[in-house]
Amino acid sequence: MLSVDHGMDPLLKRPFSIHRLFGDDVQILYRLAGKGTHILSGRNKGDILDAVGPLGNKFPPPGSGDKTILIAGGIGIAPIFALAEKLKNKEILLFYGAKTKEELLCTDQIKSLGIDPVISTDDGSCGQKGTAIDALIKHLIRHPSLVTSHRLYACGPRPMFKSLSLLAKKHNLKGYIALEQHMACGIGTCLGCVINTVDGYKRVCREGPVFPLEKILWE
Amino acid sequence: MMKINLSVNLGKLKLKNPVMTASGTFAYGKEYSEFVDLDRLGAIVVKGISLKPMKGNPEPRICETPCGMLNAIGLQNVGLKGFIRQQLPYLKSLRTKIIVNILGNSIDEYIELAENLESAGVDAVELNVSCPNVNKGGIAFGTEPVVFAELIKSVRRHTSLPLITKLSPNVANIKVFAKISEDEGSDIISLINTITGMSINIRSRRPRLANITGGLSGPAIRPIAIRMVWECYRTVRIPIIGMGGIITAEDAIEFFLAGASAVAIGTGNFVNPKATLDVLDGIRAFMAGEGIHSLKELTGGLKW
Ligand SMILES: Cc1cc2nc3c(=O)[nH]c(=O)nc-3n(C[C@H](O)[C@H](O)[C@H](O)COP(=O)(O)OP(=O)(O)OC[C@H]3O[C@@H](n4cnc5c(N)ncnc54)[C@H](O)[C@@H]3O)c2cc1C
Ligand SMILES: Cc1cc2nc3c(=O)[nH]c(=O)nc-3n(C[C@H](O)[C@H](O)[C@H](O)COP(=O)(O)O)c2cc1C
Ligand code: FES
Repeated sequence: MLSVDHGMDPLLKRPFSIHRLFGDDVQILYRLAGKGTHILSGRNKGDILDAVGPLGNKFPPPGSGDKTILIAGGIGIAPIFALAEKLKNKEILLFYGAKTKEELLCTDQIKSLGIDPVISTDDGSCGQKGTAIDALIKHLIRHPSLVTSHRLYACGPRPMFKSLSLLAKKHNLKGYIALEQHMACGIGTCLGCVINTVDGYKRVCREGPVFPLEKILWE
Repeated sequence: MMKINLSVNLGKLKLKNPVMTASGTFAYGKEYSEFVDLDRLGAIVVKGISLKPMKGNPEPRICETPCGMLNAIGLQNVGLKGFIRQQLPYLKSLRTKIIVNILGNSIDEYIELAENLESAGVDAVELNVSCPNVNKGGIAFGTEPVVFAELIKSVRRHTSLPLITKLSPNVANIKVFAKISEDEGSDIISLINTITGMSINIRSRRPRLANITGGLSGPAIRPIAIRMVWECYRTVRIPIIGMGGIITAEDAIEFFLAGASAVAIGTGNFVNPKATLDVLDGIRAFMAGEGIHSLKELTGGLKW
């Protein structure tokens, strides 16, 4: 949870994933969304901002024999890239979708990890036209057995998770997703960030942000 | 060094200092132990407790608004038994007062809660009257003077614990409710609870909260809270716990001057998890700087 300013508006801290760690330095990769992130983008080197973290859980590592499929939609690449970096010597299939070519980030770094990502853009300006899930579906049709033996890890917007859940149900895929939710405290006290699961409401900031895909009940 | 007395007597409830937490913003205390030494707090007021556990509202439950936030948590809580078993032992191990905010759908439920909590050994109960009364078509207890009076009178008869009534600001004249609280046997009043509000996403044309409306809190409501504390201070003799948008010690001192004897920090804990102790230290520093020895010199010290 990062405070973008010292004033009263915006009031609340913003939640961000840890993108990369270099010694004591924490790097975040963020998208300009609204007021808070715009203020953040005007910050200069040496500015001091309050932060609380790290908070919540992490992606559980895949089993030793597991192959992994990573799926990133938009800024969901921030934690997915971090995971790819950690898993570097494993066999990884990465599906990465963004709105346009300009919004694709880290593609060179991804390639330098030895991963050849399946890129898609909504407008077709780079890679396949469509979403990362569309690309995954195409892949599934071509290699059905291959995919079901993989473990999924995904981060992206809600609509992406919803179509991923449907797909996962149909093909009996298992995996983990990192969710976003509006947050006030970030430490489990306000009960503002809950998501509905088969085990009742769970706090995204505390029990999450990573949940088993099949546990989430989408509205 | 100058001797500063920060202790306050809220009727028979004695606190070592005037800084408490606002219900629903501090969970059951433990989560904040990583950030603050809980023993230093004047009191911990825990999340509202009902007889049976409550699931709460669908999401999204919160949204940020200018200098504030809206919430519609829906009173999610572990229920009386869960609280006494899982949360209270830890809270009782702390060297601070434990105050339990209670909520019911009927007067009988409030009574049962107060009786059980008294036997369980809490230090005080705070009536959250901002919940719908199912026997009266769901109108909140805190907005209808007759049921409000009945509720306080009935709970008073069944408990000897210090009784705090938490006033709702969603009324035309808060002085009426302050007076009823005093007349029916409340030892203390606390105010304000959140102000009902609403926010709309103009692109989707949908409300930003699943519950459509929610309670506004944070600095945005502070001027209203200050005005209401001042009105109540001029109306009743029982002590007042002031809250609404306190982030810093200066904010707290404003509440004292308006007439509060103690203050509670709510949304401020989200902004700064150490807010409670920063406020406490700031109050002490302010008093030292101004040559004020006792909080009594501040409470109601408004000049006009
Ligand atoms: C666990 C987690 C990890 C995240 N990691 C990243 C990341 O690595 N990079 C990145 O760019 N973004 C990330 N986000 C989303 C990021 O928090 C929002 O984009 C950001 O809060 C928007 O703030 P704003 O003031 O610019 O937008 P505004 O729309 O002006 O914000 C208004 C309010 O809504 C909240 N809000 C708006 N959008 C979101 C959202 N998608 N998720 C949660 N709260 C939101 C804000 O925090 C703020 O309280 C993450 C969110 C969560 C929950
Ligand atoms: C997330 C949240 C949950 C709350 N839950 C309760 C509650 O359970 N019972 C209650 O009496 N007040 C509850 N409140 C109201 C606060 O205790 C307080 O009266 C109000 O937020 C104003 O203070 P603040 O501006 O410092 O937050 C809640 C407020 C928030 C923001
Ligand atoms: S943000 Fe407050 S409980 Fe998760």
